[in-house]
Amino acid sequence: MAEKKTKKETAPKKKEATKAAAPAVKAAAPKAPATGKKEARVGVFICHCGTNIAGSIDINEVEAYAKTLPDVAFAANYQYVCSTPGQKIIADAIKDHNLTGTVVAACSPRLHEPTFRTATKEGGLNPFRFEMANIREQGSWVHMHDREGATEKAKDAIRIAVAKAALLEDLIPKSVPVEKAAIVVGAGVAGMQAALDLANAGIKTYLIEKTPSIGGRMSQLDKTFPTLDCSQCILTPKMVDVGRAENIELMTYTEVESVEGYIGNFDVTLRKKARGVLSMAEAEAMGISGGGCNGCGDCEPVCPVIKPNPFEMNMKPRKAIYIYHPQVVPLLYTVDFDSCIKCNLCVDVCGDKKAIDLEMKDELIKVKVGTAILALGYDMFPIEKKDEWGYMKYENVVNSLEFERLICASGPTGGHMVRPSDGQTPKKVAFLLCAGSRDNTGIGKPYCSRFCCMYSLKHAHQIYEKIPGVQSYLFYMDIRSFGKMYEEFYYRIQDEGAKFIRGRVANILEDPVTKNLIINAEDTLLNRPVRLEVDMVVLAAAVQPSSDTDRTRKLFGVSCSLDGWLLEAHPKLNPCGTTTAGVYVAGVCQGPKDIPDTVASAEGAASAASIPIHMGEVELEPYFAQCIEEKCAGCGMCVNLCPYQALALVEKEGRKVMEVTEAKCKGCGTCGGFCPGGAIWMQHFATPQIVAQIDAFLLGGVK
Amino acid sequence: MADEWKPQILGIICNWCSYAGADLAGSARTQYPPDIRIVRIMCTGRVDPLFILKAFSDGADGVLVSGCHFGDCHYLEGNYKGAKRMFMVKSLIRNIGLEDKRLRMTFVSASEGAKWAKVVEDVVKTVTDLGPSPLKELAR
Repeated sequence: MAEKKTKKETAPKKKEATKAAAPAVKAAAPKAPATGKKEARVGVFICHCGTNIAGSIDINEVEAYAKTLPDVAFAANYQYVCSTPGQKIIADAIKDHNLTGTVVAACSPRLHEPTFRTATKEGGLNPFRFEMANIREQGSWVHMHDREGATEKAKDAIRIAVAKAALLEDLIPKSVPVEKAAIVVGAGVAGMQAALDLANAGIKTYLIEKTPSIGGRMSQLDKTFPTLDCSQCILTPKMVDVGRAENIELMTYTEVESVEGYIGNFDVTLRKKARGVLSMAEAEAMGISGGGCNGCGDCEPVCPVIKPNPFEMNMKPRKAIYIYHPQVVPLLYTVDFDSCIKCNLCVDVCGDKKAIDLEMKDELIKVKVGTAILALGYDMFPIEKKDEWGYMKYENVVNSLEFERLICASGPTGGHMVRPSDGQTPKKVAFLLCAGSRDNTGIGKPYCSRFCCMYSLKHAHQIYEKIPGVQSYLFYMDIRSFGKMYEEFYYRIQDEGAKFIRGRVANILEDPVTKNLIINAEDTLLNRPVRLEVDMVVLAAAVQPSSDTDRTRKLFGVSCSLDGWLLEAHPKLNPCGTTTAGVYVAGVCQGPKDIPDTVASAEGAASAASIPIHMGEVELEPYFAQCIEEKCAGCGMCVNLCPYQALALVEKEGRKVMEVTEAKCKGCGTCGGFCPGGAIWMQHFATPQIVAQIDAFLLGGVK
Repeated sequence: MADEWKPQILGIICNWCSYAGADLAGSARTQYPPDIRIVRIMCTGRVDPLFILKAFSDGADGVLVSGCHFGDCHYLEGNYKGAKRMFMVKSLIRNIGLEDKRLRMTFVSASEGAKWAKVVEDVVKTVTDLGPSPLKELAR
């Protein structure tokens, strides 16, 4: 089964540990490899992991079995193989027993493969001569009450791993230089913080934002809990810093079009959407001296087109040429080409500045970066889907982000808290918490949106501040005030007179004359139904991943959880990393977070993303494809299969053979799975190695 | 023997989605039958039809190939190519008279631990219902 592969000049030194007669019963009929073959001597190390493994698997039986396996020269068990003494057992055994390969039967290779590779290296072996048998995540933990079944499965897992370990060869990871630049996608508070940190660490950072201004959701908020800081007041200095930072290249109204490459060398293509307006720098570059948009705003009044402003939750109009709000960064108008009628009135009024170009087209820009941070943010769950609460049906039912705008001094009402139907000041306001969160009906979201309890408390406080004699009612399931000074804030709101009713609201009806709302609920603490008439209802709607999260994450090869939030590499050990090396996540796109947690995660992501850049080079796992030239017929099928254009046909000794560009190959093995001649050697996942595993499982046995 | 017969099922699963999903089932302690043995590969695109035919000729009662959902492949599109090959292998094993239900391809993401448990349960049941592979005796 083990074929001798042809080595390329770059291939590691020849050290064939090929092993033919692994299974006792019948090998897969291959001939033994030619020469230079060293006898395989594999060491097996079985971990108890306390009782995690030993509780469901008979370790002694497994160890005794391992000793009977072909190619096994040594077997031992230990309480915690990952501990320092555990790792020393591996290193010592390699030397003492002259091992050629190691197998650790323990947890998942996704957790501890690097640890045991290092231990294998300490013992003097190439770290890629290590193979892991997963007997915990895919053994003891999933067959907790089937000791016999779990033990048998563990034996087989070790037999399969030994078969591969016997055939593993030395591999040398490829070191590649890291581009000294980073990209941050999304310029809400998470993206801004991450970009500032990277920039301050001396790294050139491209900060990409799809809307015309940075600031994100936080810039829509009025106050922040529990300190009651004005959201804009604490955010705008950061926005200004971002605008000024020398190392940050800010690109608003821009989206990611495509991503190629790998850690250290991502080629990102950006679509700079046609904004219709030139910045002063752009105008300067085009030779329009003193021209470009200076944010004077003369164009806006003359524009005849009126559209709703999404920044104001569509409660305030904007023109076809607009800025979202007065504090935008960059202060640059934008033309909405979907609604512009090209009447040219704005162009005329702009005059000599020549800032407006209604014929502008999207532009594709390529940047090269070493690492990337995704800070894609969130959207509100469309709470009208829960039609029992009448959102979009009754005027005086609003969602919490609309409430933020209504109570904000820069909002559509100038901060006067009024209800939408008649502009009157509400005297009784109900807040519905968990609106669409913790909802197992299949309509809403099963998760807790995590910051709605706290902002609803803040909303209650704000109406007490603004409206004398107002009464607030909070319908809740549980109040989750888990953060620093949060519980104290909860007490404060109770003292201010807010009424807390524990129970979900069954439905809301509208009085057609007064437009008041009648709430039907159950008070589950008093065990009785509640019927309450209020002037206004605020739904603390669930949050969900922003609309283009799915598209963007796929461009970067990042997985998501069932709810669509981006998946971190490990929730505790690598919370900012993803399964794609060099790509990190920050803020709510990973899962609901309040502002302090968002900023903390952004700083974490920035720190993680700066490490490879400061290291200067990274090692790539050497799972490259190699061509076995004497077998290659030069058909070229593999060339088209490769998603990375890593393969090409070249002329060698008068015939065509495939050649691999290692730097482009990511090791998926799609070419190797297809090659009709078996001419592709996938390093570390070579056909003979995998076939040996299959044979070991189905035919293998004792020596 | 008939009473004690347990199916031998080979699972060839990709590192990024299904293997991670299987690990998640583990950390969540989601229980499922132990009658499957796993070979980890980087991508289902790597699955050479030879692996599956080899498993059946070695006497496997069932083979499960599991990868990422379409559009979610760590290597962009390896799972499409792997899935396409599975149709071919299914028709091959049908042609030699083996039930094609013995080969299954599923898509389990890194966050679908519960789904992984369900998939294994389902595959074990399907294969148990089919009984031992007729090729088993030949393999021995």
